[in-house]
Amino acid sequence: MSFLELNKVTKVYPNGTKAVHETSMNVENGEFMVFVGPSGCGKSTLLRMIAGLEDITEGDINLDGKLINKVDPSERDVAMVFQNYALYPHMNVYNNLAYGLKNRGIDKQSIEQKVNDAAKLLQISEFLQRKPSMLSGGQRQRVAMGRAIVRNPKIFLFDEPLSNLDAKLRIQMRLEIKKLQQKVGVTSIFVTHDQVEAMTLADRLAVINNGIIEQLGTPIEIYNNPKSLFVAGFIGSPQMNFIDGELKNKTLFAEGFEIKNVQSDFNGEITLGIRPEHMSQSDSGLINLSVELVEQLGSDNLIYGELKNKKDFCYRCPGNQLIEKGSKISLNINDNNYYVFDKSSGNRVN
Amino acid sequence: MTRFFTSGFSHLILFIGIFIMIAPVWMIFASSTHTSSVINMDGLQLFLGDSFYENYLRVLLYQGGFFKEITALKMFFNSFIMATGVALLSVVTSLMAAYALVYYRIKYATLLFWIIFITILVPLELRIFPTYSVMAELNLVNSYFGLIVPISASAIATLFFRQFYKTVPDEMLESAKLDGANPWRFFIDFLVPLSKTMIVAMLIFMFVFGYNQYLWPLLVTSSEQYWTVVMGLKMMSGSIVHRFAFVMMSMVPPILIIIILQKHFIKGVFQDK
Ligand SMILES: Nc1ncnc2c1ncn2[C@@H]1O[C@H](COP(=O)(O)OP(=O)(O)OP(=O)(O)O)[C@@H](O)[C@H]1O
Ligand SMILES: [Mg+2]
Repeated sequence: MSFLELNKVTKVYPNGTKAVHETSMNVENGEFMVFVGPSGCGKSTLLRMIAGLEDITEGDINLDGKLINKVDPSERDVAMVFQNYALYPHMNVYNNLAYGLKNRGIDKQSIEQKVNDAAKLLQISEFLQRKPSMLSGGQRQRVAMGRAIVRNPKIFLFDEPLSNLDAKLRIQMRLEIKKLQQKVGVTSIFVTHDQVEAMTLADRLAVINNGIIEQLGTPIEIYNNPKSLFVAGFIGSPQMNFIDGELKNKTLFAEGFEIKNVQSDFNGEITLGIRPEHMSQSDSGLINLSVELVEQLGSDNLIYGELKNKKDFCYRCPGNQLIEKGSKISLNINDNNYYVFDKSSGNRVN
Repeated sequence: MTRFFTSGFSHLILFIGIFIMIAPVWMIFASSTHTSSVINMDGLQLFLGDSFYENYLRVLLYQGGFFKEITALKMFFNSFIMATGVALLSVVTSLMAAYALVYYRIKYATLLFWIIFITILVPLELRIFPTYSVMAELNLVNSYFGLIVPISASAIATLFFRQFYKTVPDEMLESAKLDGANPWRFFIDFLVPLSKTMIVAMLIFMFVFGYNQYLWPLLVTSSEQYWTVVMGLKMMSGSIVHRFAFVMMSMVPPILIIIILQKHFIKGVFQDK
């Protein structure tokens, strides 16, 4: 039995919005699970059902071997970090951390001990007497984390906790969250719509679209083996290139080129997906690109251009490979690293 | 130069305003420290006389009323009880009413709120006889309870607290829930401290409201034991200086309350920012 089990969980809001459809998944003890997906896909709803902040319309949630569908949030022993932190403005940092412990009837001395330990871990000891309004964004973030950690809950829930921070701080906090989780070892679920955040943090990743888990797996599994067009387009940056075409008797016809011996029995309209980093330049390549824009990132260059049919296309090459704006290049796909999707259903067919 | 002129000018206007408001009060105060014969012969006085203690002490301790049962001191006590009672009770009830309206899943909560709100349009004077007969039925005529309770449900305070609660972010409630707070703890640990500033403002407002009541205490008390200061202003007999002294003293409690609570009020405003 897994630590957290969702069994055909469905959420329909009173106004009829179906936010989550029959979702099932298991999260193991100590695992760092990330929910990723576009805005409005139901990530927060799923998380809030685990926290007990939304009723479950159908299905079961088991935490640590106990059915928690009807358990009040205050009894679930879960901690949540909100996007806007939801710190208590009228309490100082110490009391923000201590509040949950006080409600559990823990004696003063242990509270002090726990709060001080958590504060030390998060490096907020010097702010304990301050009100949240006197802290910077990053410090508030730490307090919010501290409030979760101090209770030593069964599970941490994070709902886009980094999205209010500036880019640099975000990367730093991302690292710290990961380190902290490994140190404390508490099962965590992290919601984000940022795929880089998702890739870097996750032990396992659930890509959610329209209330359905499209794919569940380790970040690298999902990157290497996307099961659907949606997952392929969502994971990876810059985005995977998509070209429409047709597959007939194991031969793929796309505008301007064809690929033979495709590992698929599918026949019909398809979408071909190629990651920008899975190609290399060659004199007589399959794909011809007229270069329109070059982004030099230092280690890599991103080459943006148009195909013959005027569709946008991106190629990623090592930083030392200089390509001029306005030039024409031709590209080959490395090691058959391409993906074929059924155009109508979006399912992977190769 | 123009700046100096305009600011000088606006100060002048302000001083005129202050003068218009203060001057009559000062004249009454100054006059109240003279003997009646001075006032009767020379009219109102602009400078202090030397009968301050004599006049004020006599007013405080004089047995007034038709049955000689009440002193001014007792009136102040009554008024204080009534105003404090009204202030505390109305703040507590409206805090709780607003809490129920905003946070509990009550059907038609909005409709209920507007029904409460509409009572603003029905002042006490309009419903004074039914209210009186209810109080009479309950045997609450001539009691502090009868003085306080019928005017202690404040729609305005409920409105203010409700609007404030609506601005408290949902995440705060959710976070508190996950921290193990039950509804009562959320009310006491969050809503009350967060609305401290507003509570103090409402306490001042409702204290003055309760203190200034005239018609209701007049109706619901037949025993002189329960006369209030504002009733006393009307009922006072005696010489003119004593009335002046009484008028002066009647202003003290509201001013005191404002001065005492104002500190918290301002502190609250700055701390919550
Ligand atoms: N209280 C509600 N009542 C009705 N519909 C809601 C409610 N909350 C969310 N929804 C709807 O449910 C769907 C999923 O919402 P949810 O907040 O879970 O999305 P999300 O994945 O967290 O998006 P984001 O990344 O923007 O936070 C959306 O279509 C949203 O409009
Ligand atoms: Mg969300």
